Amino acid sequence: MYDIAIIGAGVVGALTARELSRYDLRVVLLDRLNDVGAGTTRANSAIVHAGFDAPTGSLKAKYNVAGTAAMPALCELLHVPYQNTGSLVLAFDEADRNTLNDLKTRGEQNGVPGLEILEGEALFAKEPNANPTCTGALWAPTAGIVCPYELAIAGAECAASNGVEFLREFAVKAIDFTDEQFTLRADDEREICAKIVINAAGVHADEIARMIGDDSFSITPVKGEYLLLDKTQQGVVNTVVFQCPSPMGKGVLVSPTVHGNVLVGPNAEQVDDRFSLTTTAAALQEVQQAAKRSLPDYQVRDTITSFAGLRARCDRHDFVIEPSAVNARFIHAGGIESPGLSAAPAIAAALAEMAVSNAPAKPSWNPSRAKPIRVHELDHEEYAALVKEQPAYGRIICRCETISEGEILHAIHSPAGARDVDGIKRRTRSGMGRCQGGFCGTKLLEIIAHELDMPMEDVTKSGGNSQVLLGRTK
Amino acid sequence: MEYDVIVIGGGPAGMAAALKAQENGAARVLILERETFLGGILMQCIHTGFGLHYFKEELSGPEFAHRFIEKIEANPAIEVKLDTMVLDVQPGESHQVIAVNKADGLMQLNAKAIVLAMGCRERPRGALNIAGARPAGVLSAGTAQKYVNMDGYLPGREVVILGSGDIGLIMARRMTFEGAKVKMVCELMPYSGGLTRNIVQCLNDFDIPLKLSTTVIDIHGSDRVTGVTIAQVDDNRRPIPGTEEHVPCDLLLLSVGLIPENELSRAAGVQIDPITGGAQVNEACETEIPGIFACGNVLHVHDLVDYVALEAEVAGTAAAQYCKTSSNTNGDYINTQGENGVRYVVPQRVNKRAQQPVSLYFRVGQVYADATVQVRAGDTVLASERRARITPGEMEHLVVNPEQLAGIEELIVEVVV
Repeated sequence: MYDIAIIGAGVVGALTARELSRYDLRVVLLDRLNDVGAGTTRANSAIVHAGFDAPTGSLKAKYNVAGTAAMPALCELLHVPYQNTGSLVLAFDEADRNTLNDLKTRGEQNGVPGLEILEGEALFAKEPNANPTCTGALWAPTAGIVCPYELAIAGAECAASNGVEFLREFAVKAIDFTDEQFTLRADDEREICAKIVINAAGVHADEIARMIGDDSFSITPVKGEYLLLDKTQQGVVNTVVFQCPSPMGKGVLVSPTVHGNVLVGPNAEQVDDRFSLTTTAAALQEVQQAAKRSLPDYQVRDTITSFAGLRARCDRHDFVIEPSAVNARFIHAGGIESPGLSAAPAIAAALAEMAVSNAPAKPSWNPSRAKPIRVHELDHEEYAALVKEQPAYGRIICRCETISEGEILHAIHSPAGARDVDGIKRRTRSGMGRCQGGFCGTKLLEIIAHELDMPMEDVTKSGGNSQVLLGRTK
Repeated sequence: MEYDVIVIGGGPAGMAAALKAQENGAARVLILERETFLGGILMQCIHTGFGLHYFKEELSGPEFAHRFIEKIEANPAIEVKLDTMVLDVQPGESHQVIAVNKADGLMQLNAKAIVLAMGCRERPRGALNIAGARPAGVLSAGTAQKYVNMDGYLPGREVVILGSGDIGLIMARRMTFEGAKVKMVCELMPYSGGLTRNIVQCLNDFDIPLKLSTTVIDIHGSDRVTGVTIAQVDDNRRPIPGTEEHVPCDLLLLSVGLIPENELSRAAGVQIDPITGGAQVNEACETEIPGIFACGNVLHVHDLVDYVALEAEVAGTAAAQYCKTSSNTNGDYINTQGENGVRYVVPQRVNKRAQQPVSLYFRVGQVYADATVQVRAGDTVLASERRARITPGEMEHLVVNPEQLAGIEELIVEVVV
């Protein structure tokens, strides 16, 4: 019997697990996938929003501003890449200018510091490649960029090292409850029991709620497609550049990533399928074109990959962060679409507070995690000393991103570590570069098979039946 | 540690360059290779067809490689470091190479001359921006070749191949030998990007259809590929609505082009030709940085390893020469230029005082039947050859003799129909 079960190991679930790991409680973190942060958390805009978009008084506004304020310190503590780049919303005409004024007013009501409308030189000094026809922009100095899946991974790693259990490929299909406990049954018939459940199931949160008879909100997935550009485009954009928002979302943005790439996207398309992350030629075209409006000179041909993510759009048009009306020990974190990533640290704290009353804190609690070594960040002296001590860091596996065998071994063996190729990719960036795993892919398979003592044929790209190899040759 | 010549890459180009450098007087030569063996990509090319020009006999890739490996292993003046990654090349009075491996740790090495021979890599799916799902079972043809030929694993049983580059064609046959069903090879262009002999021997002989002007527009499957949608394309390479066809498969192989691997070169400040993706060099394969040479697929993508070896020998010889004189032929140059159907010419410039016959390597941008390729200076034709067929997939070359270079300003290479 667990004290608390968290359904969903996205950034909200993982950070909530970390918050709960400070107490002397038995906590389990579940995910239907083979890893932490492998759903919406791995495919979004990776933006820490300033907080001027959401309506004043909404939960989105409240947790966005609080989460964004907490983000820099949390990222430092967890060794997660974060940059305070600031953001710009570009205006191209009179209607846009009115929108900027509205956003600024709303932002100030939401408590967003430092908002300013820039024109002319001041604007182009921030973003020299912005479209010259742009007439003004809303500057938000507190906005930034973060690596969302590293944040989730770091949260889960911290939680796991403080005693939280992580169950992979546990897709909850039914929940029974009594006055004392919930029984969660997975689609492979595994069962766990918990006194309290936190529903952080992303685009599936309404389905999970209905398993206890709660239909107080429903979610419609809204797909967004992105292009990721090569590091050769680094410097084409310095800040997060938005266009004026529309009812479907914040529009297509162009943004640097914390790893030196450039991210372009997303479009917004309402979809029925909660599992499908397919991209379409039309949407990618749409995104390319829309981004040209912000930054006419970025190079589409430097695209190294494209991907799609699902927003968990809720019919309440706000986050759902509350105990269920059906059972108060079942706590929802539903409808976590943008600015969910920005808000995640604050949502996690709020969920932990709702779940825990009077539990004793562990004196041994470590709020951090082991700092992952990145050999490309070391100077020659440091690197030489490291290889002398741990030779595995001297064998480079991913040439594009300069990732060593030592980093890959660490990713596999750290708490809640990687079990598949994509898991290593997200933790180390091996395969994330311009050759997209052409060189390191075969080596990763060998290392995973060796370290986890499994046949090469059983190694998957991303869990489930995603084996890379189908058998031996004749 | 000061070497005469450091060669980056131990594939056919690196080995041929190292041997020639040593033969021509370089006393200390070092090859740095990131794999655990010499030979480069040849070691996974277990098919034959290598060496017809260089050795005048038909060899497999490993056989071709071993002829060089044996010479290198028998040569005490050539040192080899395997499983070693070069991180940085810093040009200077003495060029510096930063490399790392498990045994030696981080190394700062110096050399009078450097030969860049890092080869090329395959274009990945992302560069094509094919829409659809992102399941397991989408591999570059070369990666699949490694799994099958080096590791003994089968990456799929029902295969669609996109791109008719040589590796794709070779893998169509190889997967067939392993009992897989290769359903088709789709090629975006109206002609194949591979060698004619490979189309005959790898597709026609096995009744594998080559679908020209056809591409993959969608990939299906959640965990593992379950199929692709193909479509014909128009003259602008846009899919033609109504021609879509669903093809079930569990593996999509991509053979859609090779990219010279010039990250180190770029970081070192070597000027890159935007068309070849390789360094801009003179007839001695020397880049614009004195003492840094480039050869093989890192310079421009070759179809035949024979020409890689020949080009690398020019680079190796010149690197050894540079060690002796510390200056090369820098000075008066004639630029080369591709015109009338010729996409690029390597070398990009030729020294007016070149002593040896100069090979000009080039590729055309479309298919020609019964045409002439020629080198011209002004109105004077310096070299000319008739061809029954010229295709973008087959590199061409013409030779100009040193005495022909006197008094000319530009070498034009062109197709005359």
